[in-house]
Amino acid sequence: MELQHLVVKIPVAGALAIDPAKVVDVMHQWVAGQTVPGVLLIDVAELLHVPKGPGVVAVGHEADYSLDHTGGLWGVQYRRKTQLPGTNGARIAEALKSAAQTARRIQEAFPALKLSNTTFELIINDRGIAPNTPETYAAALPEIEAGLRAALGHGDFKFTRHDTERRQRFGVTVQSSRAFDLAALAAG
Amino acid sequence: MKASHAIWKERFKAKLPEPLGSEVDQFETEIDLRKQGKIDEKVFAETRLRRGAYGQRYDNGHRYDGTQSRTLPFADKPTKGPGTMWDAPGMLRIKIPFGGLNPAQLEVMAELAEEYSDGIAHVTTRQDFQLHFIHIENGPSLMRRLAAVGITTREACGNAVRNVTACPYSGVCGDEAFDVTPYSHVLAWFLMGHPDTMEFGRKLKPAFSGCAQHACGLTQMHDIGYTAVVREVDGKLQRGFKIVVGGGLGPVPRQARLLTEFAPVEEMLPLTQAVCRVFGKHGEKANRNAARIKFLVDKWGIEKFRTEVFAVRKELREDPRWLDMLKDVEKSVEGPLHPPGQLPAVNGNEKLREWIKSNVRDQRQDGYVTCAVTLPLGDITADQLRSLADIVAKYTRGTIRTTVEQNFLIRWVSKSDVAALYGDLAAVDLGQSGGSSIVDVTACPGTDTCKLGISSSRGLGGELRNRLLAKSAQLDEAVKGLHIKVSGCFNSCGVHHVADLGFYGVSRTVNGYKVPHFQLVVGGQWENNAGSYGLPIIAIPSKRAPDAVDRITEYFVKNRQGDEKFFAFVKRVGKGPIRELLEPLNQNFPTHDADPGFYSDWGDPRQYSIGDIGIGECAGEVVSRYQFELVASERLVFEAGLHLDRGATQQAGETAYAAFLQAARALIQIQYDDIGSAPDEIVSEFKERFFDTKMFFDPFVGPKFANYFFAAHAARGETFTPDTAHHRIAEAQLFIEAVHNCYNKLRSTPAPAATK
Repeated sequence: MELQHLVVKIPVAGALAIDPAKVVDVMHQWVAGQTVPGVLLIDVAELLHVPKGPGVVAVGHEADYSLDHTGGLWGVQYRRKTQLPGTNGARIAEALKSAAQTARRIQEAFPALKLSNTTFELIINDRGIAPNTPETYAAALPEIEAGLRAALGHGDFKFTRHDTERRQRFGVTVQSSRAFDLAALAAG
Repeated sequence: MKASHAIWKERFKAKLPEPLGSEVDQFETEIDLRKQGKIDEKVFAETRLRRGAYGQRYDNGHRYDGTQSRTLPFADKPTKGPGTMWDAPGMLRIKIPFGGLNPAQLEVMAELAEEYSDGIAHVTTRQDFQLHFIHIENGPSLMRRLAAVGITTREACGNAVRNVTACPYSGVCGDEAFDVTPYSHVLAWFLMGHPDTMEFGRKLKPAFSGCAQHACGLTQMHDIGYTAVVREVDGKLQRGFKIVVGGGLGPVPRQARLLTEFAPVEEMLPLTQAVCRVFGKHGEKANRNAARIKFLVDKWGIEKFRTEVFAVRKELREDPRWLDMLKDVEKSVEGPLHPPGQLPAVNGNEKLREWIKSNVRDQRQDGYVTCAVTLPLGDITADQLRSLADIVAKYTRGTIRTTVEQNFLIRWVSKSDVAALYGDLAAVDLGQSGGSSIVDVTACPGTDTCKLGISSSRGLGGELRNRLLAKSAQLDEAVKGLHIKVSGCFNSCGVHHVADLGFYGVSRTVNGYKVPHFQLVVGGQWENNAGSYGLPIIAIPSKRAPDAVDRITEYFVKNRQGDEKFFAFVKRVGKGPIRELLEPLNQNFPTHDADPGFYSDWGDPRQYSIGDIGIGECAGEVVSRYQFELVASERLVFEAGLHLDRGATQQAGETAYAAFLQAARALIQIQYDDIGSAPDEIVSEFKERFFDTKMFFDPFVGPKFANYFFAAHAARGETFTPDTAHHRIAEAQLFIEAVHNCYNKLRSTPAPAATK
């Protein structure tokens, strides 16, 4: 199966130690400087008034970047909107790298932001190509494993399917037995 | 385009209800043709608007970043309309007739918000949904998925019949004549795509109410409003509607006028069809700023309009659907899932007690209540939508409605289930109390996403909500009952005219910088189906608007008599003392260096701007003279409002006209020191310098505000009614705003010699 529209969310380690409202200013600077290569940033959506919502989002044409609070879990998130050419492995690597780069950009402004270095979420944000079914899990898992092995250089992962409820998007939490280095991931 | 586009197309092939399915296919074809350059951009723009695909801020490819306007380098592709980039995201408006939804529809809304938007579904002030940041090429997939659960975006925008709204309490309200729900449903589907609605110069918004006295249907502020009435004929009860036409908010609001005191329900469709035909045939087409039905009613007078409508009605070819569509109206009645019960003992659960007090209302049917689900600024997440779908299915027969206060209303809840239902809502952060109270602030999208936004209505709305929630326990009961409504500009999508405290966005120049402001509107009435409109009394810097709310509410609590309502209080004390109370908020502005935050808007740290206008050079003397003159015009327009309040209608209208002249003169003086005070000379100079040069034209509404001035001048000496005086005042206020904007424009270009 073809993995498109990937979402990668790297959760905050412990409690959120920064004021999310202040990230708005930083993201406006990203838009002003068009600091994300290959992505046209358009605007910043501040949605902090919604409990457990999308938080603060730098909205782009090709992808969105956010400090996300969906499900009550703070984390730095990359969300691919347009299709990416290439292999599944390349798309997974791109999603991981973009999420890590976003995390690094926020951390540059807010060093107090601590993120997990063993866990992240991976979601396919398209129910048409990836309904949340056992069949999708069976088909997607080998592709995800292979992609992560290539991106992270090892295969020591534990996967937990987010939810078996069909209404939800297909997604897994990836637990790595080895800590990953955000800086190295961001550098690709 | 999403990877699943072809999958959805195939999955729903020949399975969607018609005509929804074929309409989506047509739209997809039109997208392809536009991409190939085979459809003109203007035609495509109207096509997509009629499908609910609206533009969004920055879709012209320019964005002010706080220091300068920069180009957003969208790929070079055909436009979606004049000046609208193909790849720029847009808003999709989704029609929800009478606000009625079921769990399956909520779930699809959640999926779409998650997959195509930013994870948020937004409930509008007309019971629609809006999804933002949508790519045009994903439109057909969204529309197919919506159509599969019986929802359409058709005619959600454009010059068409918009969503048919209705009181969300219809069918369960103790005061209604009868349940208007099925009639609003029938009307929505009868008018959709009807040939008599294809020739409109502008949109037409219908609304239904089950009674005259409550606010819920807001029929008085709609293009066409239907209020349920039952009368007795030959000993038999007969259902019908009182129908009003020509109401509307927008820059200059109008109260709707009576078309007929009673039209039997069997006449609802043909009479509406006749109204549409008359509007389509005789309504303005060329000047879109005067094209709403209210302008035709103004021009003709209601008598002539009524005569024409009834004459056309007689000539209409008989349509069997007029009666066929009404066959089942009395059968389509919602009912309960669980047996009736009693409200629970609260037992020290303060949150539950508060929520019941503000959000729960008895139904007409014993043992049942409605429960309001309060949304912050009308926003709900995908996860919350799915949870809400489960809750609705658990406690009711699967029906829920959106409301014009940007909330949801769950109906037919057994009183025995109230505590459990509250617990389920609270578990997903939907148990906020304060529904329909001062903390339940309504706001249009404003500068967040709307192309027309001047100030951040959602930013201010959110700030007010947070502050009021933080002190809600200490708020006086009289204050709790107030309504605050915020619009980002004068176009009234936040319905500020009918709030106790209404705000609409304007801009002002302070210390050489633009500063976001809000005009405060008081004197509006939410009750009686939006029975009265307020008038602006003062423009306040955005960052001081919360202080204005504090000052007014404290003043109200201290000075109200008995259980006086705010609307009556304002009438009694007059707007003068309220303005006086707020004038200190327009003094002692901080310098930009001392407080740069004062020069930005709520929730947006960028240096404020209303476009790409920079800070120009200008002779100080001319500026001060201009400001002096303009302040005088603002004082005049305010005084006009005071005259109107005390019943001096003629004086009100004449003072508003004087305000026009004063403001125009202020502008002319920048270029021509020796301008006289004769009205004809002012009009002539204004026309030559600012109208003929188009310098005064608004980027969105063109000559509209100048035309208000010319019309006022042409009508000088007229006899004013309370309505026409009210309109003249509102127009004068908008003209003054336009003078401010024109002045800013002038400052960005070298000033010409100050001579004739």
